[in-house]
Amino acid sequence: MISPKLVEVGRHVNIDLITNSEVQTVEGEPGSFTVTLANYPRYIDLDVCTGCGDCARHCPAFAIDDINKGLNDRRATYIEYAQAVPLAFAIDAESCIGCGLCENVCLAKAIRYDDTKQESQINVGSLILSPGTKGFDPSGLDYLGFGKYPNVITSEAFERILSAGGPYFGHVMRPLDREEPKSIAWLQCIGSRDTNRCGNGYCSSVCCMYAVKEAMIAKEHIHGDLDCVIFNMDMRTFGKDYEKYFLRARDKEGVRFEKARVHTINEISETGDLRLKYADESGKMNEAIFSMVVLSVGLTIPDSAVELAKRLDINLNNYNFADTDTFAPVETSRKGIYTCGVFQGPKDIPGSVIEASAAACLAGGDLSAARGTDITEVIIPDQVDISDQEPRIGVFVCNCGINIGGIVDVPDVQKYAGTLPDVVFTDSNLFTCSQDTQEKIKEKIKEHKLNRVVVASCTPKTHEEMFMETLEACGLNRYLFEMANIRNQDSWIHSKSPELATQKAKDLVRMAVARAATLYPLEEKIISVNKRALVIGGGIAGMNAALNLARQGFEVVLVEKKTRLGGMARRLHNTIDGSDIQVYTKKLIDQVNSAKKIEVLTESRVTGFGGYKGNFTTWFEVGSSLKKRKIDHGVIIVATGAVEYQPTEYLYGEDERVVTQVELSDQLVKKAGVDHDSIIMIQCVGSRNEKMQECSRICCQAAVKNALHIKKLNSDTQVYILYRDIRTYGLMEDYYTEARRQGVIFIRFEDDAEPQVTATDDGILVKVKDHILQQEVEIRADLLALSAGMRPENTDELSGIMKLNRNLEGYFIEAHVKLRPVDMPGEGIFLCGTAHGPKLISETISQAQAAASRATTFLANSEIKLSAITAKVDTEYCVKCLTCVRSCPFEVPVFNTHTRVIEIDEAMCHGCGICAGICPREAIQLSFYENDQIISKIDALFAGGM
Amino acid sequence: MRLEYPPNIKIIRIPCTGKVDVVHLLRAIQKGADGVYVVGCLEGTCHYNEGNFRARERVDHVRMLLEEIGIENDRVRMYNLSSGEGPTFAAYAREMTEHIIKLGPNPLNRVGKE
Repeated sequence: MISPKLVEVGRHVNIDLITNSEVQTVEGEPGSFTVTLANYPRYIDLDVCTGCGDCARHCPAFAIDDINKGLNDRRATYIEYAQAVPLAFAIDAESCIGCGLCENVCLAKAIRYDDTKQESQINVGSLILSPGTKGFDPSGLDYLGFGKYPNVITSEAFERILSAGGPYFGHVMRPLDREEPKSIAWLQCIGSRDTNRCGNGYCSSVCCMYAVKEAMIAKEHIHGDLDCVIFNMDMRTFGKDYEKYFLRARDKEGVRFEKARVHTINEISETGDLRLKYADESGKMNEAIFSMVVLSVGLTIPDSAVELAKRLDINLNNYNFADTDTFAPVETSRKGIYTCGVFQGPKDIPGSVIEASAAACLAGGDLSAARGTDITEVIIPDQVDISDQEPRIGVFVCNCGINIGGIVDVPDVQKYAGTLPDVVFTDSNLFTCSQDTQEKIKEKIKEHKLNRVVVASCTPKTHEEMFMETLEACGLNRYLFEMANIRNQDSWIHSKSPELATQKAKDLVRMAVARAATLYPLEEKIISVNKRALVIGGGIAGMNAALNLARQGFEVVLVEKKTRLGGMARRLHNTIDGSDIQVYTKKLIDQVNSAKKIEVLTESRVTGFGGYKGNFTTWFEVGSSLKKRKIDHGVIIVATGAVEYQPTEYLYGEDERVVTQVELSDQLVKKAGVDHDSIIMIQCVGSRNEKMQECSRICCQAAVKNALHIKKLNSDTQVYILYRDIRTYGLMEDYYTEARRQGVIFIRFEDDAEPQVTATDDGILVKVKDHILQQEVEIRADLLALSAGMRPENTDELSGIMKLNRNLEGYFIEAHVKLRPVDMPGEGIFLCGTAHGPKLISETISQAQAAASRATTFLANSEIKLSAITAKVDTEYCVKCLTCVRSCPFEVPVFNTHTRVIEIDEAMCHGCGICAGICPREAIQLSFYENDQIISKIDALFAGGM
Repeated sequence: MRLEYPPNIKIIRIPCTGKVDVVHLLRAIQKGADGVYVVGCLEGTCHYNEGNFRARERVDHVRMLLEEIGIENDRVRMYNLSSGEGPTFAAYAREMTEHIIKLGPNPLNRVGKE
C-alpha cells in the first residue's frame, strides 16, 4: 500500500529527498529558517548505485535485520527493504569487517569506504516534524517472558512474519521451531494504559484494531484451524467502519475476545508452547496454553525524537508527544514548525494522513506569497509516433510479494502471456509498483520497442496512474496501457483454489492483451481552473477550511443552511481538556466574517449543480426570500457535519430526568443539579447496535468529561457509567484514569444484556448485570444521561443533486480509507469534519486544514489536464437523430445549427458513455472504451474455451 | 475485503453501466457465456444520474431478444449495489453462479458440441 506513495515521493520533481541525515539546528523565523543537517556516511554513492544488490549478495558479514525485528539476518552491506526509496544500498559500518569484497564486485563503482559524516545547510520557509514512532520495548516487563521465550514476540515482529517481504516470506511460523502455530494469543495494552509498570498512561489508539487485523490475516494465511484469542481490557475499534470489521472477526471468523489481563507467561519446555495465567472479570483464576503469544505493543516516541525536539526548542508533554493546542492540533510550540503523525499523539494511518495534509496546509500557508517560485518544471518527453507500427505488447506479471505469487502460479502465467498474439516481451516482478521496477519497465520498453504495455497486478483504481506515468516518461502515450487485476479479482478471493486462480489469471491476462492491441494514443485537453472554492457547511470544519483557503490566497464562498454560522459547536461548551468551545467558535465566526476573501451565504440551500473539476457551477436559494444565486467555482469542500442522535430508548422524551450528554453539559454549565445524589450514564445509546453498527467515537470521552465536571461541582454526587468498552483513546485515557480515581463507578454490560430502566417517583431505577459481582444490580439515580451517538446531518437532497456517495450510515465516502481520507471519489471534491465520520473537534480542525490543503493542490494551478476518456462523434456517419442529445444526463451533445453536426464538448463530457451505448448507428465512441475495445475482451475471454 | 466468490466470474470494466450496449451482452452469449450480468450503482445514485436505468432497459431488451430466439432470458441479469457493499457483490456473484448452474450450459454451446 505504501509503495506507490514511496515511488511518488521518490519521483516528485519538487521533493528533495535527503536520507540518512538528522536535523541539528534550526535558526531563523517562519518564512526563512536555516536548517543545519548532519549527513551520515552511507559508504555507497547514492547517485551511482543502481540498486542491483550484488554487493549485498557477496557480503560475508552478517548483522541483525532491524526491519524484520531481529527475526532474521541481513548482510552488512544492505538495503532496508525491497521497495525502499531511494533504491540504493548502504554499508553498516558497525558490522562491516572491511574485507573489500563489495568494492570488487560493484560494477557501478559506487563503494566509498572513505565516506565521512558531513554537515550541510538548507534554507526553508516552514518545517514539519514527523519523526514517527517506535513500538514499546517489552524487555523490561519480566512477567511476559519476552526475550526469554522465543515464541513470545511483539506485534511489530508478527506484522513482519505476516509480510511477504518478512523473515518467513509471509508463512505464519513461530520463531522457535518454524512450526505453524495452532493457537495465538494477543495481549493488549503492552506499554499502554499502564501507569504501574511502564508509566505510559495513554492509550496507543491503534493496537486493538491491528490485533484484530493480524488475527484475521493469520487465520487467512494458515489453511487450517487457528485459534486466535485477543486478551483485552476494552476493545477500542472506534474508527470509521472499524466496528464492522471487529464484529466480522468476532461473529464470522471466530476470533475470540477475552476480557482479562494476563499476569504470568511460562514456557512449557518440551513443546515451546506458552502457559498463560490470568484472572477473568469475576476474579476467577484461569490458565490457557497457546503456541505463540503476540504482545500488542503501544506507540512510543523514540529517544532520537525527544532529542530532536530539545535541539529545536519544541515543547513536549509528559509522555513526550509534541505539545499542541486542541484548537491548533498540528502547530508545535515554535512558530513556523508544524507536526503530524504519532509525534503529535497516538493515531492510526488515516489520522496520520489527515494531519500530514493539515501540516502541509499550514506550512504552505506561511509561504503562499512565494508559491510557484524555486520549483522545477516537469518535462515530459515528446511522444514517439507509433501510428504505423504493428502492436508490440509487453506483459509484466506481478507477484505482489506473495499476495499474488503465493496463490497464482506466476511463472506459468508469464509463460502463457508470451504465447499470446502481439506479445513480444514478458517479465515478472516481486513488486511491479516499486521504483526499481518502474525503471526496469522503462528499460524494457526501449529495449524491446514496446508500444503497448499490460501490467497484470492489482487494481487500476490505485495503480493505473503510476504506470501510465511510467509509459509517458519514455515517450509512450499513457493510454497505451492496460491492467489485468489478478490480485483483487483473483488471488485474494480464490486463495482456496490456486489452480482455478491461475487459470483465471491467464484468462484475465489474455483479455487484457487483446484489448491492449486495440489501444491507440489519445490526447488530453488542457483547461483553465476557476480559483474560487465552495465550502458547504458553516460549522467548525467548514469555517476552518474556508479560513485556510483564504489564507492560501483563494476566494471562498461559504454556504450554511441555517441562519447563523457555528453548526453543532454552538451547542457545546468545553473539550475534555477544558478548552472553551464557545470562545473558540465565536473567534472563528468573527475571523470568517472579517475575512475579505470569504463570502458567507447563510440560510442557503443547493438547488442545482453542474460542471467538472476546476469549473463547477452551483445554484442556490439564498435567504428567506429564496433569492436565486449562481456561483462558479473550481473546487468543493463538503463539511455538512453531524448532530447528536435523538434517542428513542430508555424513556428519553418521556421522563425529563432522562437527558443526553449534550443536554447534561448544558445543565452542568448552569450548575443545575449540583445537589444530585446519584447520576447514571449509559453508553452506546444509538451506536454499536443493529440499527447503527458503528461506534460514535466521541461518547466515551463525553461521558468521562461530564462525570469529572459533576465531581468538580459536587464530589459527593455518585456517578455510574454503564459501558460496553470504554474508548477514551489516545491521551484521553488520563481522564478515564482520573475519573476512576475520583470514584466514578464504571460497570460493563454485554451488547445482549442492555440495562433496564424504570421511572419511579423516587428516581430512575436502572438494572444491569455487573460482571465483577456476577449478579444483577439495581441503582437509583436522580438523573440518567444517555451517551447518544452521532448522526450525520440529513444530506439526502445535497447528495442527490451533487451525486456524492454516502455509506450505509449516511456519512460521505472518501476516495480511499487510508491513502485519501480527505478526497472524495469525484475529482476536485473534498471532505472534512463529521460529514466524513464521528470525530473530536481537534480531529475536525486538522481534517478541515487537510481539505484546504488538498483543494490548494488544485487551485494553485492555472490549468489542469482533462481525461481523454470522452465521447467522440463520427459526424460523417451520424444521421442526426438526436438520440444522444436527448439521452445525455448532462446535456453535453448539441446540434450545431450552422455546421449541422452533433458536437460533444470534451471539457464538459463526463465520460460515462451513455450516448455511445444508446447511439443506434454506433456513430459515437467513448475513447479508451470503444466498442471494439470492449468486444475484444469478450471475444478473448471466450477464445480460451471456458 | 478479500471476500470469496466463485472464480468463474470475470469482470469487464466499463466507466458506467450506461455504456453497456445490447451488442456486448449478446456477443457474450453468442460466444458461449452461460450467463452475463451487469452490476451498477443503486438506482437513484448513479454518478452519471441515469446510466444504471439505461443499462436496465438494455438488459431487459436483451432478455426479450433471448426469449424470442429460445434462450433462457434469465441468463442475463442486472444487479445494483453501492461501491461500499463488497459483501453484497460477493453474494450476488454466488447467487448468479448458483442460478446459472441450475440453468445448465448455454444452449449455443450445446449446439456447437453436438
